[in-house]
Amino acid sequence: MNHDTMNIREEHMEERERASIASVGFWVYIMSDCLLFGSLFATFAVLEGNTFAGPALGKHFSLPFVLVETMLLLTSSVTAGFGLLAARRGARRHVLAWLFATFLLGAAFVALEIAEFRTLVLEGYGPSTSAALSSFFTLVGTHGLHVATGLLWMAVLMIYVVARGITGGALRRLTLFTLFWHFLDIVWIFIFTIVYLFNFI
Amino acid sequence: MLGKLTIDALPHDPIVIGASIFMVVVGLIIVGLLYRYDKFGWLWREWLTSLDPKRIGVMYIIVSFVMLFRGFSDAVMMRVQQALSVGASHGYLEPSHFQQIFTAHGTIMIFFVAMGLMWGLFNVVVPLQIGARDVAFPFLNSLSFWLFVSGAVLMNLSLVLGDFAKTGWLAYPPLSELAYSPDVGVDYWIWALQISGLGSLLSGVNFFTTILTMRCPGMTLMRMPVFVWTTLCSTALVILAFPILTATLAMLFLDRFADFHFFTSTMGGNPMMYVNLIWAWGHPEVYILVLPAFGVFSEVVPAFSQKRLFGYTSMVFATAGITFFSFVVWLHHFFTMGAGANVNAFFGIMTMIIAIPTGVKVFNWLFTMFRGRIIFSSMMHWFLGFVATFTLGGVTGVLMAVPAADFQLHNSLFLVAHFHNMIIGGVVFGYFAGMTYWFPKIFGFTLNERLGKAAFWSWIIGFFLAFVPLYILGFMGATRRLDHYDASLGWQSLFIVAAIGVAVIGLGVLFQVAQYVVSIRDRRKHRDVTGDPWNGRNLEWSTASPAPFYNFARIPRVYGRDAWWADKQSEELNAQGPYEDIELPKNSPAGLYIGVATLAIGFGLVWHIAALVLIGALVALGLLIARTLDDDTERVIPAAEVERMDREFAKRRLDLHAAS
Repeated sequence: MNHDTMNIREEHMEERERASIASVGFWVYIMSDCLLFGSLFATFAVLEGNTFAGPALGKHFSLPFVLVETMLLLTSSVTAGFGLLAARRGARRHVLAWLFATFLLGAAFVALEIAEFRTLVLEGYGPSTSAALSSFFTLVGTHGLHVATGLLWMAVLMIYVVARGITGGALRRLTLFTLFWHFLDIVWIFIFTIVYLFNFI
Repeated sequence: MLGKLTIDALPHDPIVIGASIFMVVVGLIIVGLLYRYDKFGWLWREWLTSLDPKRIGVMYIIVSFVMLFRGFSDAVMMRVQQALSVGASHGYLEPSHFQQIFTAHGTIMIFFVAMGLMWGLFNVVVPLQIGARDVAFPFLNSLSFWLFVSGAVLMNLSLVLGDFAKTGWLAYPPLSELAYSPDVGVDYWIWALQISGLGSLLSGVNFFTTILTMRCPGMTLMRMPVFVWTTLCSTALVILAFPILTATLAMLFLDRFADFHFFTSTMGGNPMMYVNLIWAWGHPEVYILVLPAFGVFSEVVPAFSQKRLFGYTSMVFATAGITFFSFVVWLHHFFTMGAGANVNAFFGIMTMIIAIPTGVKVFNWLFTMFRGRIIFSSMMHWFLGFVATFTLGGVTGVLMAVPAADFQLHNSLFLVAHFHNMIIGGVVFGYFAGMTYWFPKIFGFTLNERLGKAAFWSWIIGFFLAFVPLYILGFMGATRRLDHYDASLGWQSLFIVAAIGVAVIGLGVLFQVAQYVVSIRDRRKHRDVTGDPWNGRNLEWSTASPAPFYNFARIPRVYGRDAWWADKQSEELNAQGPYEDIELPKNSPAGLYIGVATLAIGFGLVWHIAALVLIGALVALGLLIARTLDDDTERVIPAAEVERMDREFAKRRLDLHAAS
């Protein structure tokens, strides 16, 4: 074995080790983020009935609208997954295409959420109206803020891939990003069920 | 343009003006000295931008000591006020100033002294003990430190500009809501805690990951030093508890800033929700702080008994047990809320159960000493003082865990005495012992023992003088946070004794300062050439003192517990084989810059200065993105260089061996 291949192998090992440490760290971070959402869910559970003589929360929501939001986010998780698979193959253009699709779906989700919030505020049901609405806006809004952060992250990732290609570093970053994106999906499933669905029943 | 910030925010009170001028003067003197000796470059290169965890750890400890002086001054002012303010006399502090002082005292001591010392010790010790050269995320570590500093600076800014919170250290609503606290005090409190709390959260993730992924070959979980175990459990608690604090502070801020109604007493808000949430973080926080102190004693006692730790496995399980139970006792902070007898009984029993694993630990340390060759160093003094003090505190804690008794003692000075008993006797004594123990590993010389012991005796005598009267006063019905009381109550003599106690503790602090000054002066006499001044047992003592920036020239391999002790017995070299190139992170100023930007964000949010928030956020985000895109963050130390430095150390150690 000549010196060069040994160097490449060593570098490869190092990147793998670094990727594994980073992913352990990221899982730990996600665990703590779960607790952040847990606190907001607990607050919502306590306060959702405190509408201060206003209509019940369920009266404000439209189920088909939320279903569209949900579908957008779930589909974006699929496209993000395909993006990671493409990155493993080293197919740079496919990675960019899938990431771009994910970005659009995520952006559409955020846009719909903003529209929902805007309607509520215009109808006179802003977060200052009652404790129930405060907790609703904060819980759903915190998730939305996470998705928006994800969009920014995705934009940076696309620039990175365009500039440097599918390097070990790019693969590591993509892996962590998809982990984050799937996590947001799971949180959304809970929001969909606990915030929206339960208040319809 | 400047939001709520006007000329009125400048201090009016002579005491506050004096303190502000003092701060500015000390700052100018430090800058002047740096300029005089041309040390700016050195400070920047070697310390401020360093990503070496040992350096970061030392900076944490220095900042914490500065904050300790402020927190201690607050304590002195409170004790003097309560000793004087009786009957016709109203003491020397206005009520609103007194309220800010007790709020600042609690906030500073927990968040900026105890937490800072804890992260300092983790940074200094953990990588060395697990045989690693660095933490998992070196840049994140520096960022955490600068967020901690940013929070501390914001906290101190409240002294100069505007007021601090007058709500007590946990800012219960509805008092902390805008309707009852309209000035910026609570906002300062929120953002100082939010920023430093974010730093703690990131550090928690970092150290938890470091311990899970970076241990040297052979070091299985059950071979880790107990200090590493306690760090692992403490950081697990940080990861699980601090997000609750983040969420709670954010909600309180939304209430105050954007007219939300989480905790208001109108519009359906629920103040008790806040009290539940804050203690769901707050109780684990107590254990976050005390577990590492247990870890320190688990290192100190075997070292100075020259005997291995008794009951390693039970120690680990006790630590894990405490970690678990710390999450199911929070309600004991407010038995009087009215949750009902069954709920109170559950939390009362859970609280009493925590005493069991803690008792296991105390017995383990005592059995470690049994038939050991005990060396009564200052660190053993701290330990023995801890056993007596902490056990007493534990007993009063179990007493208050009985809900019926708590209804009497709740909110009284008995409670204040109890938690100081745990935190001074447990956390502070433990961290002081740890700092004396590991000091030579960082600086290469040991601390003066005589002054260390003098400091210990002042601290423990002062402690009992200051807090036993508070227990008695609590039984007599004195509530906490009183700025004035009636002469007929007959409390004054006890308050005077308590004030004398604080003076004795102050003497202890002076002895500690003297200890550092004298030790630095005599550093040649107390030099630690061996790297192992205490005949220690774990890996940190296998490398040179001061530890080289790469920690270990060759990564050690471990075959059992007390790895370094085993090596010394077998007289075989710990690490063998060829030297290799070492990769370490390059310095980076980005963490410092982001800290400054975050300070701007915090300050802007306190005073409602939109432009400052926006600029700070853009700068912080830009720096963060730039850093994540930077792939060139490592430097390489060639194998030959490592070998040269390592052989030098080995030769020094051999020479010494031959001489003795």
